[in-house]
Amino acid sequence: MTRQMTGAQIVVQALKDQGVDTVFGYPGGAVLPIYDEIFKQNDIRHILVRHEQGATHAAEGYARSTGKPGVVLVTSGPGATNAVTGMTDALLDSIPMIVLTGQVPTFMIGTDAFQEADTVGITRPCTKHNWLVKDTDELGETIHKAFHVATSGRPGPVLIDIPKDVQFATGTYFGTEPTRPWNYNPQVKGDSDAIMDAVELIERAERPILYTGGGVINSGPEASRLLRDLAASTGFPVTSTLMGLGAYPASGKAWLGMLGMHGTYEANMAMHDCDVMICVGARFDDRITGRIDAFSPRSRKVHIDIDPSSVNKVIHVDVPIIGDVANVLSDILEAWRARGARTRAAEIEDWWTQISGWRAMKCLAYKPSPTVIKPQYALERLEALTKDHDRYVCTEVGQHQMWAAQFLHFDEPNRWMTSGGLGTMGYGVPASVGVQIAHPEALVINVAGEASWLMTMQEMLTAVQYGAPVKQFIMNNERLGMVRQWQQLLHGERYSQSWSEALPDFVKLAEAFGAKGAQVSDPADLDDAIAQMLAHDGPFILDCLVEKHENCFPMIPSGKAHNEMLLGEASTDGAIDTSGAVLV
Amino acid sequence: MNALALKKGASSKSAYNLRDPHAERVERHIIAVLVDNESGVLARVIGLFSGRGFNIDSLTVAEVDHLGHLSRITVVTSGTPEVIEQIKAQLGRLVPVVDVHDLTVEAPHVERELALVKVRGTGADRVEAMRMGEVFRAHIVDTTLESFVFEITGAPDKIDTFIELMRPLGLVNVARTGVAAITRGPGKLERERGHG
Repeated sequence: MTRQMTGAQIVVQALKDQGVDTVFGYPGGAVLPIYDEIFKQNDIRHILVRHEQGATHAAEGYARSTGKPGVVLVTSGPGATNAVTGMTDALLDSIPMIVLTGQVPTFMIGTDAFQEADTVGITRPCTKHNWLVKDTDELGETIHKAFHVATSGRPGPVLIDIPKDVQFATGTYFGTEPTRPWNYNPQVKGDSDAIMDAVELIERAERPILYTGGGVINSGPEASRLLRDLAASTGFPVTSTLMGLGAYPASGKAWLGMLGMHGTYEANMAMHDCDVMICVGARFDDRITGRIDAFSPRSRKVHIDIDPSSVNKVIHVDVPIIGDVANVLSDILEAWRARGARTRAAEIEDWWTQISGWRAMKCLAYKPSPTVIKPQYALERLEALTKDHDRYVCTEVGQHQMWAAQFLHFDEPNRWMTSGGLGTMGYGVPASVGVQIAHPEALVINVAGEASWLMTMQEMLTAVQYGAPVKQFIMNNERLGMVRQWQQLLHGERYSQSWSEALPDFVKLAEAFGAKGAQVSDPADLDDAIAQMLAHDGPFILDCLVEKHENCFPMIPSGKAHNEMLLGEASTDGAIDTSGAVLV
Repeated sequence: MNALALKKGASSKSAYNLRDPHAERVERHIIAVLVDNESGVLARVIGLFSGRGFNIDSLTVAEVDHLGHLSRITVVTSGTPEVIEQIKAQLGRLVPVVDVHDLTVEAPHVERELALVKVRGTGADRVEAMRMGEVFRAHIVDTTLESFVFEITGAPDKIDTFIELMRPLGLVNVARTGVAAITRGPGKLERERGHG
C-alpha cells in the first residue's frame, strides 16, 4: 500500500508500523518537522529526556527489560554527538536500538552549517550500521530495514540520519515490505555436525560447566527456558557473565554465581578445572578469561554464538556452533535425548563434591560492622526487602555494580540492566527511567555509586515529569571506589583524583528535583530507610553512607589466572605485579 | 617502578599480546570482498581495519556490477592465521558485505597490478630504460625528449623488480593500483556473485 507523505509523516508512520509505543528524545532545529508530526498523534509516546545521552540509556533500559528495540530521536550536531556514548554502550552489550537523528538540509551538507556534524562518519564505528537518507522515497524502507538489522543476528544500535529537507519533502511510503532484497540474514540454525560434536562432549564430560552470557537473554525467553532444561536434565553446573544474570535462576540448584574478575571462587575454579566447557552466548571477554594462556587449560570448549567473529577471537574453541542460542540449544537437547540422554552421572557427582568444597570457602563473606554500613550488607538488606517484588534493577559502573551482581539474585531474564562491555558511568539513572516507562507498575531500582550517579542525575527530572517512581539506591562512599581500589592494589596507595571533596546534599537535591530523599548511615536504620524508599509513591533517592574504603572481593588480579583469585584483604600484598598493572 | 615501563614483547600475559606480530608466522592473504555499492561502504571496510589494528598492504575497489549495485574490494593483508580468520569474520558481519573470499586459501588465482612509472634521462640511461621496458613488456604511454612513462602490469614482485631497475636510470615517481585478483578456471567461488 503506497502512499504520498512528507518525510516527517513517513518517520512517524514507519515507527507505528513497527509497533513502536515509546520514543526517547530531545528536539532541536533539524528534527522540528518530525516533532511536529509527533505533536499531531497519540499512538507513540515521546519521553522528553534532559540530555541526549540520557535518551540512549533510557532506550537501552527499555530494550533490555522488554526485549524490544529502543527508539531514540535527537537533533543534528550536538544532539547526535551526545548520543554517541549510549550507542557505543548498546553496541558493546548487543542491545537493539534505533537512533533517528536530524541533519542539516542536503544542500548544506559539507558547508560546516549550524549544528552540522558528520553524524554517519562519527557513528560508523559505534553502530551496527547507519544510513544517511537523501531521498524521501527511500526513507520508509530504510527505517524498516534499520529495525531488521538492529534486531536480527547479534542485536545492536543502528542510526538513520535524516536531513531536514528530506523531512519536509513529499515522497512515497511503501509500507513494511522490502521493495528489493535486504541481503542481511544472519545464520540462526547451528551446523548439525557441530551439534553432534557438542552432544558427544556432553555425554563424555566428567567435569562440565555451562558458561552463559547475554546472548541467552538476547535470544529471548525460550533460550532461558532451554538453558534451564539443559542444566536440569544433565546436572551440569551453570555460571554466567555479568550480562547473562537471570537467564539461569540464582535460586537454581546448579547455580555457581557469576564468574570472572569479581565472580565467585567456585565459578572461577570450576571454569579453570573443567574438562568440558559449553559457552552459550558469551564472548570470552577479558573480564572473564583473566590470563589467556592459563584459561581453562584442560577443557574441550564448545562455543555457541550468533556472531562468527566472536569465535576464536580470544580463546581457541574445539566446537564452534554459529547460530541463535534458542535454536541451537533446542537442537542439542533433541539430539542428545534421541541418543539416550546419557551423562557420566557418577563423575559429575564427584565434580559437584569438588565444587561444594570450593563453595565452602564462602568467598563473598565480608567483615560486618555494627557502626558503619558495609556496602555488601546494604545490598543484602536490599535483596531481602525487595526480592518478592516485581523488581527490575539497573546499576551504574564500579564497585557497587560488582557487589550488586554478587548480592542481588535474579531468577528471570531481562530483570538486570547494567553497562557491561563499555562500563559507562552514568548509565543507571536514565536506564532506570527507561525501564520504569516500560514497566510502570514494577519496582525499578538503580543501585548506584554517588560518582556515577552525578554524571546523569538530571534525568531525575525526566522521572519526575513522567511520574516514574524510580528508586535511586546510592551507596555513597565519597570515593571513586573501583579506581581507589586499583590505586591501593596497583599504584602504591597513591589516591590520585579518586575522591570527591564536594558532594551535594542528596536529600535536598531530591527535593529540588521534586522527588523525595532520605539519608541513612547507621546499619540499625537501614531496613527502615529501605522501607521508606519502597513505600514512597514516586521517585526517591536513598543516600546510603557506606564504608569508604571497602574493597570488592573476590578478585582475579589483572594478568592472573582463574585459580589465582584474591579472596580478601590479607591476600592482596604483592598480588599484582607490574605486568598486570598495564592492563585495565 | 613504573608499571607501564614494560619491555616490548616481555612477559605480560595480556590479551593484547594475542596479536604480537613477532610471536607467530605472518602470512600474506588476498581477500576479495563483494559489497553493496552504497554510500560509505569503503569507509566502513577501511575503518574496520584501522579500528581493529589490522594491516592493509594494498586495496583496490571498483563497481563490478552496475545493475546489481555491487562493488568488489580486493584487500591484500598480512597477519597470523588467527588474525586472518578474524579479519574475514569481521568483514563478513558488516551489513553491506555480500561475500568474503580468501583467494589465497580458497582457490588457485591470478593476481595482477598495474603501475605507471615515470623515468627521466637522456643518452645511454634513456636507451637502457627503454630496453628494460621491452624486457618487462611495459608499454610507453607518454614520452618527451627526456622522459618516459611506462605502463606495466604483472604480479607485485615483477613491478617491484622493474621499479628497482629504473631507480639508477632516472626514476621520477610511481603510481600503482594495488592488487586485483580472480580465480583461475571457468567457475566462480561458491556464492560469488556479480561479474566477479
